[in-house]
Amino acid sequence: MPKLTIDGIEIEVEPGLTVLQAAERLGIEIPRFCYHDRLSIAGNCRMCLVEVSPGPPKPSASCALPVAEGMVVKTDSPMVRKGRKGVMEFLLINHPLDCPICDQGGECDLQDQAMLYGLDRGRYHEEKRAVLDKDLGPLVKTCMTRCIQCTRCVRFSAEVAGVPDLGAVGRGEHMEITTYVGKAVGSELSGNLVDLCPVGALTSKPYAFSSRPWELRKTESVDVFDAIGCNIRVDVRGRRVMRVLPRINEDVNEEWISDKSRHAVDGLMAQRLDTPLVRRGGKLAPATWNEAFSAIADKLKGMPAEKIAALAGDMADCESMLALKDLMTALGSHNLDCRQDGAGLDPAQRASYLFNSTIAGIDEADVLLIVGSNPRWEAAVLNARIRKRYLTGKLKIAVVGPRINLTYRYEHLGDGPETLSKLADGTHPFVATMKAAERPMMILGMGALARPDGAVVLGAARRLATAALLVRDGWNGFNVLHTAAARVGGLDVGFVPGSGGLDTGAILEGASSGKIGFVYLLGADEIDMARLGKAFVVYQGSHGDAGANRADVVLPGAAYTEKNATYVNMEGRVQSTRTAVFPPGEAREDWTVIRALSGVLGKPLPYDDDAQMRARLVAANGVFAGRGGAPKAAPWGGFGETGEMDPAPFVSPIGNFYMTDPISRASATMAECTSVFVMGRQAQGTGTHG
Amino acid sequence: MGFIDRTARAFLLTELLQGMALTLRYMFKPKVTLNYPFEKGPLSPRFRGEHALRRYPNGEERCIACKLCEATCPALAITIDVAPRADGSRRTTRYDIDMTKCIYCGLCQEACPVDAIVEGPNFEFSTETREELYYDKDRLLGNGDRWEPELAARIEADAPYR
Repeated sequence: MPKLTIDGIEIEVEPGLTVLQAAERLGIEIPRFCYHDRLSIAGNCRMCLVEVSPGPPKPSASCALPVAEGMVVKTDSPMVRKGRKGVMEFLLINHPLDCPICDQGGECDLQDQAMLYGLDRGRYHEEKRAVLDKDLGPLVKTCMTRCIQCTRCVRFSAEVAGVPDLGAVGRGEHMEITTYVGKAVGSELSGNLVDLCPVGALTSKPYAFSSRPWELRKTESVDVFDAIGCNIRVDVRGRRVMRVLPRINEDVNEEWISDKSRHAVDGLMAQRLDTPLVRRGGKLAPATWNEAFSAIADKLKGMPAEKIAALAGDMADCESMLALKDLMTALGSHNLDCRQDGAGLDPAQRASYLFNSTIAGIDEADVLLIVGSNPRWEAAVLNARIRKRYLTGKLKIAVVGPRINLTYRYEHLGDGPETLSKLADGTHPFVATMKAAERPMMILGMGALARPDGAVVLGAARRLATAALLVRDGWNGFNVLHTAAARVGGLDVGFVPGSGGLDTGAILEGASSGKIGFVYLLGADEIDMARLGKAFVVYQGSHGDAGANRADVVLPGAAYTEKNATYVNMEGRVQSTRTAVFPPGEAREDWTVIRALSGVLGKPLPYDDDAQMRARLVAANGVFAGRGGAPKAAPWGGFGETGEMDPAPFVSPIGNFYMTDPISRASATMAECTSVFVMGRQAQGTGTHG
Repeated sequence: MGFIDRTARAFLLTELLQGMALTLRYMFKPKVTLNYPFEKGPLSPRFRGEHALRRYPNGEERCIACKLCEATCPALAITIDVAPRADGSRRTTRYDIDMTKCIYCGLCQEACPVDAIVEGPNFEFSTETREELYYDKDRLLGNGDRWEPELAARIEADAPYR
């Protein structure tokens, strides 16, 4: 291992590291624009100059300089400072210096480093370069004159996002970043371009000119638009969530989030339920909490327990699901389900519904089988992780399900259950490949499980796991890829049919035939409302969507940015959201609404504050004690059913990535993305227009 | 000795006469007071009075909504909302100054990169109600239009020192 000296401190690092990375280990920060931890090294901004001896008597770029034995590096010598000052002056020659109108102002790398290395006046009096702005779609706003050609965006789209849409044309001063043919960047991760851009060349279009970084209140929270549980930071100004940024968590999202997580937040201000509503004469009319509660109590009076049912939606938090479960139990009903898509998951076996390998485990996997899933749309950040592993050349990927562009190459084994049963029987040649692998993985998507024969598919997958030896010493390669943030939490709190209780399909069947007279929807909008028949429907949630439209009583709840709530991601990692803003109007945190209702119904729940609620969560399931920590491995057991599978091919449940839930359906930005990316209507024609 | 001296001065009224002599001298000197509403003293070009938002000669408002004045205001008297205008340029949709909070420190005009917000020479803007002192964008732009010749002259006079 080479030993080198940086600023007088000796350090020994593994070979292959660059000087910049070695300096970072010592806590010495070297300014940079083009270098980024998660992208390939370009070495074109020259800001990271350091003085190295032995070697030629000139500064060299530390980001591209591998460490060597006996190197002596100075990161802050007069020569280095002079070199950096020169580089900064060159960078600023063509930079417009329009910081006051630039959205990056206040959080700009160029601005910060110009404070350290910039001259206080310019010596350049010739004409500056100007570059035509490019249209990168509805999410990324460009101001290409500000670009300093670091090519981070080019490397990101080619390496991480896997859509090589961006590139550079021209040389020297005439170099431009462009999309070649003037089309939008068709990636689910394009919002990350804005974070990566060290200057204001790429900024967020929906957020354009709306606020300054210094006026935002920052709250660390967790994303609920998919089941990954990306760590996010919610930036709030006044009572409005202005933007969502990723927070670094190496085990979950590294530092990326999907465009839906980032840009659907304008839906938090639209279609909100801010007061209780009661249906009078066919129309929902505003009411007080007491009126709404007594309307429910009147309806429930004398109703037999088996006619009562509850369904939880895809964004419900664990607290509210547990409170509702406790209330239903107190009322004597066992008809509850958190799987509104009817996925055939086995709630008794935790390993049967978790992403057991963990997301970070993908970095070790060498063979991956994706069954009935489109990870690009169901979990965009996870897909980037698969691609990252794929780019190392050590991951072989195969797919059973729809043939789609996943941004990496794969072997297409088949479309549906037929191939799966071959695999499960061990007769398919790919099973041998998995067996021979060191860390084989299978990802089982909702396209395979959320079908009437889901439990049988799960059983087949279980048999495949045995046949391909997916579970071995210290490794569990059986993974379920969820699409709903609430799903694992719901299964963990046991929001599933009790003994003799009905599941989602049976509840809807019962409601349309009249056997179910009362349905409590906890943010459940993805079911077919027409099948609720004549049942009395209570909808509790944050947005006026399909559920509220059908409901007889609407109870306004809080969205994920408005409550301290617990979510369990698909790995079984228990994480919390934090209150960034208060819920609008009369809306309240969801579990407190259920607690208040339980009092009116004469069955008060035994918890009154957050601490008691959390204690109840831990009592209900021990996994909640490990909040914030790494997910606990679940014991492996038998699950799933045997039987005949429907031969219909697996289809991903997500038809439109940009609109999957009440919040994103209420978002104007997501509507625009849908029209551009899904329906293919780009606002501006080709690169030759205008 | 001291006793005699004091008594003599007391009886001869010397102190009184000295005082009266001073009064008499000032009676023939020019007056230092001003007949205020009709006469006004000179003002420095750096005098910090009522605020105004200026425009460019072509009528375009100068303010680009960078929010630096809002950020620097120590009294938190300035409130700004921003949105892109129809032509895509960055403009304020709201520019309020609470003149009852303002301490006339001049940091806002110091921070302004385009000389849009300035403190003008006007100090006669007292009102009968507080509400009239909550200035909005129209009021500030109106001030700018009214005072523009003087504002421009003041900035020019101060330019060599900036």
